[in-house]
Amino acid sequence: MQRTKITTDKRSFLERIHIDGPLLVGLLVLMAVGLVTIYSAGGQDIDLIHRQLVRLGVAVTVMFAIAQVPVLAFKRISPYFYVIGILMLLGVLFFGVMGGGAKRWLDLGLFRFQPSEIMKLAVPMMVAGFISQHNLPPKTQHIFIGFILVAVPTLLIAKQPDLGTSLLIASSGLFVLFLAGMRWKLIMMIGLLGSAFTPIMWFFLMKEYQKQRVLTFLNPESDPLGSGYHIIQSKIAIGSGGLEGKGWLQGTQSQLEFLPERHTDFIFAVFSEEFGLLGVVTLLAIYAFIVMRGIIIAMRAQEAYAKLLAGSITLTFFVYVFVNMGMVSGILPVVGVPLPLVSYGGTSMVTLLAGFGMLMSISTQKRLLSRE
Amino acid sequence: MKRVAIKDHTAEANLFARRSVIALAIVSVMMMMLISNLYYLQVKRHEDYQTRSNGNRIKVLPVAPNRGLIYDRNGVLLAENKPVFSLQITLEEVDELDATVAELAELLDISQEQIDDFYRDIKRQRRFKPVAIINRLNPIQVAIFSANQHRFDGVRIDARLTRHYPYGEALTHVLGYVARINKKDLQKLSVDGLEANYAATHDMGKQGVEKYHESTLHGTVGYQEVEVNSQGRIIRTLDFQPPVPGQDIVLNLDINMQLEAQKALEGKRASVVVIDTNTGGILTLYSNPSYDPNLFVHGISSKNYRELLQSPDRPLINRATQGQYPPASTVKPFLAVLGLEEGVITPESRVFDNGKYKLKNVNHVWREMTPWGHGWTDVKKAIEVSCNFFFYDLAYRTGIDRISDSMSEFGFGDYTGIDLYEESDGIMPSRGWKRAYKNQPWYIGDTILIGIGQSYWTATPLQLAHALSTLVNKGTRYIPQIRQGNMTAEGIMQEPPKELRPIVVKNEQNWDVVLESMHAVIHGEQGTARRAFKDAHYNAAGKTGTAQVVGYAQDEEFDADKVTDRNRDNAMYIGFAPSKNPEIAIAVAVENAGGGSSAAAPVARQLMDYYFKDRKDLVKTDTPEQEEQEEQLN
Repeated sequence: MQRTKITTDKRSFLERIHIDGPLLVGLLVLMAVGLVTIYSAGGQDIDLIHRQLVRLGVAVTVMFAIAQVPVLAFKRISPYFYVIGILMLLGVLFFGVMGGGAKRWLDLGLFRFQPSEIMKLAVPMMVAGFISQHNLPPKTQHIFIGFILVAVPTLLIAKQPDLGTSLLIASSGLFVLFLAGMRWKLIMMIGLLGSAFTPIMWFFLMKEYQKQRVLTFLNPESDPLGSGYHIIQSKIAIGSGGLEGKGWLQGTQSQLEFLPERHTDFIFAVFSEEFGLLGVVTLLAIYAFIVMRGIIIAMRAQEAYAKLLAGSITLTFFVYVFVNMGMVSGILPVVGVPLPLVSYGGTSMVTLLAGFGMLMSISTQKRLLSRE
Repeated sequence: MKRVAIKDHTAEANLFARRSVIALAIVSVMMMMLISNLYYLQVKRHEDYQTRSNGNRIKVLPVAPNRGLIYDRNGVLLAENKPVFSLQITLEEVDELDATVAELAELLDISQEQIDDFYRDIKRQRRFKPVAIINRLNPIQVAIFSANQHRFDGVRIDARLTRHYPYGEALTHVLGYVARINKKDLQKLSVDGLEANYAATHDMGKQGVEKYHESTLHGTVGYQEVEVNSQGRIIRTLDFQPPVPGQDIVLNLDINMQLEAQKALEGKRASVVVIDTNTGGILTLYSNPSYDPNLFVHGISSKNYRELLQSPDRPLINRATQGQYPPASTVKPFLAVLGLEEGVITPESRVFDNGKYKLKNVNHVWREMTPWGHGWTDVKKAIEVSCNFFFYDLAYRTGIDRISDSMSEFGFGDYTGIDLYEESDGIMPSRGWKRAYKNQPWYIGDTILIGIGQSYWTATPLQLAHALSTLVNKGTRYIPQIRQGNMTAEGIMQEPPKELRPIVVKNEQNWDVVLESMHAVIHGEQGTARRAFKDAHYNAAGKTGTAQVVGYAQDEEFDADKVTDRNRDNAMYIGFAPSKNPEIAIAVAVENAGGGSSAAAPVARQLMDYYFKDRKDLVKTDTPEQEEQEEQLN
C-alpha cells in the first residue's frame, strides 16, 4: 500500500485522471484542423460547426470515460463484446435497415445503430485477448483461430456491403497477429493466398458497382462526368492547390462546389487545395505524431494484451488516414472511409475516440498492472 | 506444462518492440508514398491542374455587339434597334409558382398556350435561370406589370434589342431584313470561321443590304469572363471586354423619293430604279408589291409566309433587280450608239419606213406599230417616234455578233454588281447562247427582233438604269451602289464611286446624237413621252418601251380569269434629267400595264418632279440648242 501510495503521489494530475497529455494535444489539434476545414468545405455554414462540436463533445466524453476503465476490464469483456457484436451483425443481415444502397443499420426504436462500429473495437480486443492467453509468438493453430475471429465479422460487414469498414476491421485483427509475432513464413503464405484469392473475389464476390469503382480508379478519365467525376475533381483540387495552397476559404474547387462530398469523405481535397503541399505535410506530421505516440504507449505497456490492443488501435488509425488520403489523391480506389477526426461525421468519430480512450487507459494504468 | 505456461515478459516485449519498429517502418514508407504522390500532384503537375481548375470555374460568355444602324442619304433612320420586353420568371425566387402564374395570367391576359410552353421550358432549365412566360410584352402589359411588380418576387421584365424597320414595306427590297440565325447560317458561319464572332448574336441579315453589308453592320463580339459554380450559376464577373458595335451605314437612298415611288406604283406589279448618274448611287429602288420585313424579324408565322410565297403577285421577288423583262424599245438608244460607231448609220442617213420591213429572199414581214409607217426616218426621228423599221434595218445590218458584244459592254446579260445578293443577270442573247440554251442555230429573224429589244433579250430595270447611266456618262461606268459609306464620329466616310471599264468610242459626238434624240422623245413634236412630261419645269430625256409578253412569271398556273390581264404588254421607260448635265437616270417597268408612254413614263415623271421640286436653277427649253443659247445669253 505504502509503495502504491508513493507512486500515486508521483503521478501527475493528467495521469491521475487517466489522460495521456501528448496524445490529447495531438487529437485536439486534429479536431481543430477538422473544424477549420469543415467551415470552409461546408460553405461557411456555422450550423455545421455547431453540430460537429456537439459530436466532438460526445466523442471526447466517451474517450475520457473509457480512459477510466482498467485494461483488465477490457480484456474480460472482450469475448462478450465480440459475441454480441457478431449477433448484431447477424441481426443486420436479417433485420437490418437499408440506407444508401446498403444494409448497415439496426433500428433500435429510438435510434439507428451501426453494429460494424462495435466490431472496430471488438475485433482487436477479442483477437488480442485470445492471442495473449498463450505465449508469444503464437502457434500456427492459434493464428488460424485468430484468422477465423477476424474473417467472420469481416465477411459479414463486406456483405452489407461496406468495403471500407470491413477492410479496417480486417486490418485491426491482422495487426494484432502481426504484432504478436506471427511468423514471416506464414505472412508470406497468407500474402500469396491473398493474391490468389483476388481473381476469385473479382469474379464471385464483388458486386458490379464495386468492380466499377476499381475500374474507375484504374482509369478515372474514362468517364469524367460519371463515375470518374469524384476522383478527377478531387485531383484537380489537390493539384491546383500547389505548394502553398489557395488560402483558407479560397479553394475554387470546393467553394464553387465542383468537389463532391466536400466536408465528409473528400475533405482532404479541400484541405490540400486551400493549404497546399505545406499544409498537407503538416497534417501528415500531426498524424505521424499520434501514431508515434500510440506505438510508444504500446511498447511501454507491460501486459501483452495491452500492447497488442494499443498497437492495433494505433496502426488501424493510420490505415484510416492512408486509405482516405490514398483514395482522395487517386492512388487507391474509392471506398467510403472518412479522414479520421477531420471529416464531418458522427458514429465513426465516437468509435475512434473510444479507441483512443483505451490507449489512454493503457498509457496511464500500466504501473498498476506492473505485476500480475 | 507449467513451464510452458509461464510467460517470458522480456522476450515478448522484445518481440513486440521488433514488430512495432517494423510496423513503424512500413508506416513511414506508406507516408512517403502519400507525400510523393501529393508532391507529384501539387508541384510537378500543378500547372496542369491549375489550368483545369480554372477551366472549371471560369466561363467566358460572349456578349453580342449592337448592330449598326442604317440611315438614308439625309440621315433619316431606316433600320433601328428597339428593345423588346419579355416577362421572365426565376423559379428559385418564386414561393408558389402555380399561384404566381395564375395571378400573372389573369393580370396580363396570358394564353393557355403560353403557359404550357412556359411550364415545358422551366422544367428544362436550372432553378436560378430565368424563363420567359411572355416573349413580347405590349406596352400596356409593360405598364400593368410595372405597376404590380412589388407583388411578384422573382418575376422580372427583360429587355433585348431587336431590329425594327420603321418604313416597313417601302424598303423591304432594299434593306432586306434580319432574322434568327438558323442551322444553315451556322454552317456557313462555321465555314467562314465566324462562329466565335456570332456566339452571342441572335439575328443576322437574310436579305438586302442587311445581308450584303452584314460584316459591316454586325460588329465584334465582346466577352464577359465570369466565375461559375458547378451548377453554372454566375458567382462574379472577373473581366469584361466590351463588344465593338457594328458600323452605322449611310445609303445613297433618299427615303422620301422612295416613298414617292411606293405611292407611284401602288396597286401595280412594277418596279423603279433611280441612279445618281454622277456616282452610280442608288437613289430609289422600289418593287411593288412588297411586304413587311418586321414580320421576319420576330419569326414569321407559317400561315403568313405561305401567303407571301403563294401570292400570284410574287411580293417576295425584287422586281427591280430580279425581274427579267424584254427591254423592248428602251434599247433603241444603245443600238443607235452602236450603229453610229460601226458606221452602219450616220446622224444624217435615212431609211424609208413604209410600215413593212422585208428582206430579200425572206418570206416574212416585220410590221411597224403604225401600219403606214413613218416615211423618211433618220436616227433622231427613229428614237423620238420609236420607229421599229429603222431599228429592224439597223440590227440586220449590224448583225447579232456586234450587237451582242456591244450591248454586253453596256452591262446587258451580266450582273451590275450592286450591293444586293438578290440580283438576276438577264439574257443578252448571242449565237453561242442560243446554241447552248435552246440548241438551235441563230436565225436572221432573231437579229431583226433584237433591234426592238425583243426575241430572247431580257433585262432587269436595274440593268436598264445602269446602261442608261453609262450612256448619259458617255461611256463612264459606275457600279450601282446602295450604300454611300459608313457613319463615323467624324461624319460619313464616303466611299468613292466604283468605276468599271469604260466604253470607248471612236467619235464622242455619237453620244450627243443619241442623247439629243432622247431629249426629243419628250420635247419633240412627235415624242412618245411628250404627254407624260407636259409642263415639267425641267428638261428631261427618255425612251419608252412596250413589250409584248406574257406576264413576268412564266411558270404560273393557268388561270382563265387572269390570263387576259397577264397577257397585256409590259410598260417600260428609261429616262434621265436634266437633259443637259444629267443628274439622275431612271428605269421603270410596269407589268401588264400597256404602253410605256402611258403607263411607265408617268411614274418617271412623278419621281423626277419630286427630285427637282425645289430646283429653281433649271431652265425649261424645247431643245438643248435653245438651252445653250439661253445660257450664253445669260
